Amino acid sequence: MKFSAEWLARHLDTDASAAEIAAKLNALGIEVEELDDPAVALEGFRVAEVLTAAPHPQADRLQVLTVNTGEGEPLQVVCGAANARAGMKGVLGVAGATVPANGMVLRKSAIRGVESNGMMCSVRELQLGDEHEGIIELPDDAPVGMAVAEFFRSSPVFDVSITPNRPDCMGVHGIARDLAAAGLGTLKDAPIPAVPGAFPCPVTIRTDDPAGCPAFFARVIRGVTNGPSPRWLQQALISAGQRPISALVDVTNYLSLGHGRPAHVYDLAKLTGPVVARRATAGEEVLALNGKSYTLDRSMLVIADDAGVHDIAGIMGGEESSVTDGTTDVLLEIAYFDPESIGATGRKLGIASDARTRFERGVDPAFLGDGLELLTGMILEFCGGEASDVVRAGTPPLDTVVTAFDPQLTQRLGGVAVPEDEQRAILERLGFTVASDWTVTTPTWRPDIIGPADLVEEVVRVHGIDRIESVALPRAGGVARPTATPAQLTERRVRRAAAARGLMEAVTWSFLPASAAEGFATEGETPWVLDNPISEDLKVMRPSLLPGLLLAAGRNLARGAPALRLFEIGRRYGRSPDGSSAERLTLGVVLAGDRQPRGWASGKAQGFDAYDAKAEALALLAEAGAPVDKLQVMGDAGPQFHPGQSGTLRLGPNVVLARFGALHPAVLKAFDLAGPVMAAELFLDAIPARKSSGFAKPAYSPPALQPVLRDFAFLVPAAVRAGDLVRAVKGADKVNIVDVRLFDQFSGAGVPEGQKSLAVEVLLQPQGESYTEAVLTGISDKVVAAGVKLGASLRG
Amino acid sequence: MTDTDNLAAAADASIAAAIAQIEAAADLSALEAIRVALLGKQGSISALMKTLGAMAPEERQARAPAIQALRQQASDAIAARKTALEGAALEAQLAAEALDLTLPAPEAPRGTVHPVSQVMDELAEIFADLGFAVATGPEIEDDWYNFTALNMPESHPARAMHDTFYFPDTAPKGGRMLLRTHTSPVQVRTMLAEGAPLRIIAPGRVYRSDSDATHTPMFHQVEGLVIDRDIHLGHLKWTLETFLKAFFERDDIVLRLRPSYFPFTEPSVEVDVGFALVDGRRVLGGSGDAAGHGWMELLGSGMVNRRVIEASGLDPDEWQGFAFGVGVDRLAMLKYGMDDLRAFFDGDVRWLGHYGFSAFDQPTLSAGVGARA
Repeated sequence: MKFSAEWLARHLDTDASAAEIAAKLNALGIEVEELDDPAVALEGFRVAEVLTAAPHPQADRLQVLTVNTGEGEPLQVVCGAANARAGMKGVLGVAGATVPANGMVLRKSAIRGVESNGMMCSVRELQLGDEHEGIIELPDDAPVGMAVAEFFRSSPVFDVSITPNRPDCMGVHGIARDLAAAGLGTLKDAPIPAVPGAFPCPVTIRTDDPAGCPAFFARVIRGVTNGPSPRWLQQALISAGQRPISALVDVTNYLSLGHGRPAHVYDLAKLTGPVVARRATAGEEVLALNGKSYTLDRSMLVIADDAGVHDIAGIMGGEESSVTDGTTDVLLEIAYFDPESIGATGRKLGIASDARTRFERGVDPAFLGDGLELLTGMILEFCGGEASDVVRAGTPPLDTVVTAFDPQLTQRLGGVAVPEDEQRAILERLGFTVASDWTVTTPTWRPDIIGPADLVEEVVRVHGIDRIESVALPRAGGVARPTATPAQLTERRVRRAAAARGLMEAVTWSFLPASAAEGFATEGETPWVLDNPISEDLKVMRPSLLPGLLLAAGRNLARGAPALRLFEIGRRYGRSPDGSSAERLTLGVVLAGDRQPRGWASGKAQGFDAYDAKAEALALLAEAGAPVDKLQVMGDAGPQFHPGQSGTLRLGPNVVLARFGALHPAVLKAFDLAGPVMAAELFLDAIPARKSSGFAKPAYSPPALQPVLRDFAFLVPAAVRAGDLVRAVKGADKVNIVDVRLFDQFSGAGVPEGQKSLAVEVLLQPQGESYTEAVLTGISDKVVAAGVKLGASLRG
Repeated sequence: MTDTDNLAAAADASIAAAIAQIEAAADLSALEAIRVALLGKQGSISALMKTLGAMAPEERQARAPAIQALRQQASDAIAARKTALEGAALEAQLAAEALDLTLPAPEAPRGTVHPVSQVMDELAEIFADLGFAVATGPEIEDDWYNFTALNMPESHPARAMHDTFYFPDTAPKGGRMLLRTHTSPVQVRTMLAEGAPLRIIAPGRVYRSDSDATHTPMFHQVEGLVIDRDIHLGHLKWTLETFLKAFFERDDIVLRLRPSYFPFTEPSVEVDVGFALVDGRRVLGGSGDAAGHGWMELLGSGMVNRRVIEASGLDPDEWQGFAFGVGVDRLAMLKYGMDDLRAFFDGDVRWLGHYGFSAFDQPTLSAGVGARA
């Protein structure tokens, strides 16, 4: 909201400068977004008299002037304006001044060889208007040397942001009250004189919806002459960013912006029959003052007569009955509307007006009569005419809020000790009534004050919130203990492990295009889809971490990145058929491009393969505390993966901890990705919690005897999976076999068709005594037997 | 002269030649041949040694030292030559094995931690020292937790300021399911679950339907909440000062408190922090009122509204406290110098490499919670 210092001065008697007022407004919680002070912007520009004007010796279009600035010797100034002439008065900018229109700093210079000590300015250069033909011509009586801002009586303009809890500050008067309470002057609060009615009001008014419109006051003024409003009023409205229209319209805007109190003036000639506040009928239409036509429904409150709707109550007037230059008789309406009803209608119709903002936040229900009198007085003053009696329908809700206040609460909640008499004085200056027992009555214009904490805020902000001293939080005794949960620790650990392994952490949107999310949902769930997405690209809550990373990979590859190792840790979102929501901590990895660039030692560039994805999955699961040696590689990674180059890592047959592998070519195509792309997704939420067991590890007891390594080469049917053979061998002798490692896989020459050779090394750990040949043979037999069960035979 | 004398004389003469031969041996095999010729079973010095056996004791006593010295001389010379030849061979081998070490070594990819994660870790560390635990809550949230319980009932004008993303689903506690617009619902959830007293921070993703140069529809916030019996605005001020001083590792952080309005706090306080312009960039520190300085809006805070405490299942006459919310991305930008919020969520590896952190930049209190450039 904008208003000028001059306007403020109509409500506040103060000596404070604009800067002091702005600082105090900020301190009071009325945030000053901008202070536009012409005295600052126009510093260095003053009224000057042209003494002589002579042609420039070097340039046809320029003149050399001598200018009286009101102090010292006249200055020589080069000027290009045709209207510059001896004897005229204009505006001179001296060296050091900044031209408001273009930010140019004036300085002493030579123009085509002639010294110039300043600039005679145009209206536009000073941003005083659009006029740019020639320099400003001031009246003959303009005092030479006077600052231009002072000459034009340009007043500083404050642009403030009013928080939604302060409807009283939606008018200059309320802002003045806050400033006065904070000691920055005296509120001009003289009683508003009532204008006696000269005749009975000829119009019947009524409210048919006491809930939506509890009170509706009105009166007629006849014999008015509409025309421009006085200059001061126009200037005030311009400072607030409003266009002056006519006296009858300007006075209502003045009431709205000056007192936060919207009202409406109808052209009486265009009304027929009683004027009624009622609910609209379904489909009823009104052409509003913004030139748009609105179709109303039965939830919306209107002001109507026998002919139809004339006003969307509390939101916007109608074009039909609006006042014009020819208007002679008017009906003044001032009503109280239910804030919630106004808000709902405003939202439905999509109208943001000054009136709506004020009614929605809550206007002063006690200001109907005074508001109407103020309006009447101004109209009679500016437009003449005579006023009828005031007619009133209904009564505004004037229930008072009374709070039992304990002034000690200011210290307990606000942390600042304010003497009781100061607290009382602050509240009283703000309009509260404070009884001797500290029963505090809230003024009607402060719907936000409903409890003791609100009163503490009033006292503290007026007393000065900057006077609160820091007080250390009490420290808990003893030594600090971890404050992060196991899940948080896992997340941190895995994140740093991934980074240490060479993966780069990305943070991607939680929402995806529907096409990217498709097919990635967890089985039995559907994705959450936004009703009002900001765009189609950000619509579906990610059911997997992979699509977002694939989109990022695509952008990077398009930018020419040769290799990508991206990961992200975050939530994936799922919606169960019963509507319940699950957000699960997940880690996604995407590997694309070159695993290794071409090199002098390694030859051609090498791409990633599914084993790289497996390696990341296993390493990161291990860091996350999963029992990786118990995991089995199984299938069913999902349709997004290459069916023959992907798998799941499971704990038992049902608990899937991760999926990994090469992505399906169809997915690559959908994401517009070239070349094989590997991915892994770790379901960190599925990792079973480890039972916490102190810090000490089991005692260290290295085996006394050297382990023995034995190699076995098997011929197995091609379909047998290496992992199954290793598991079988491992299980052949659980006492002696401590590790089995597959070190060779071969098919081709020397291996029968349909078979392959798998070679494993088996690490045997003798327990109590060294192995005899007989024991070793026994173990070997068990290993071979285990292989035979899978259709393997020992290779001769 | 005896035969032996002759033999010895001949040996003396030949040893000089033999040593010359040893020293001239070109390689280990030539040297071995000489050794065999001198010291082997049929070798000339071995033959001389054998003559000792046939001598009379006196003569042997007289002769033996010279013959043994002869043998010693020869074997020493052979050993010396062998060492020399082996050394030369090793030299030659090493010379042959020389590598051009300006050739590039195998490259290990460099991983990074995203600045948002880094800053969240830093915040957790700082607040852990102040006794705050880290709490979390859902992002797909119930209208009641996001608004109603926070003193923003249906039709509250402040709701309109939140640019909320909605889902079609009806929420269990009324209204619709939505994406949380702030981390404040975690206040309510944590109070309901854990009661009081309480000190938590709640970092996480939040969402507003807003997108321009300085706003993204998803961003990160951290909520702070202290509930106890005697907590007041002075504690809030101290906590924020302490946190910001620790976070920016500067003692000259100056805060300016301004009254404001949030439905879930009363009194409500907007907090500005003083900055100086250094090379056109805002650097936090110093009073914003000083020449060349300014104030920057940093966060919203206040004393938790008693209606919120009530909705969270606590007795507002017994428990009170403060809450604050601050943008994590914003903190990251102010500390580490990024200037475009949108780049945070693009996944551009060049940006991640430039602004990302080493895995080993884990913030710790002893090392300071910042990772220096």
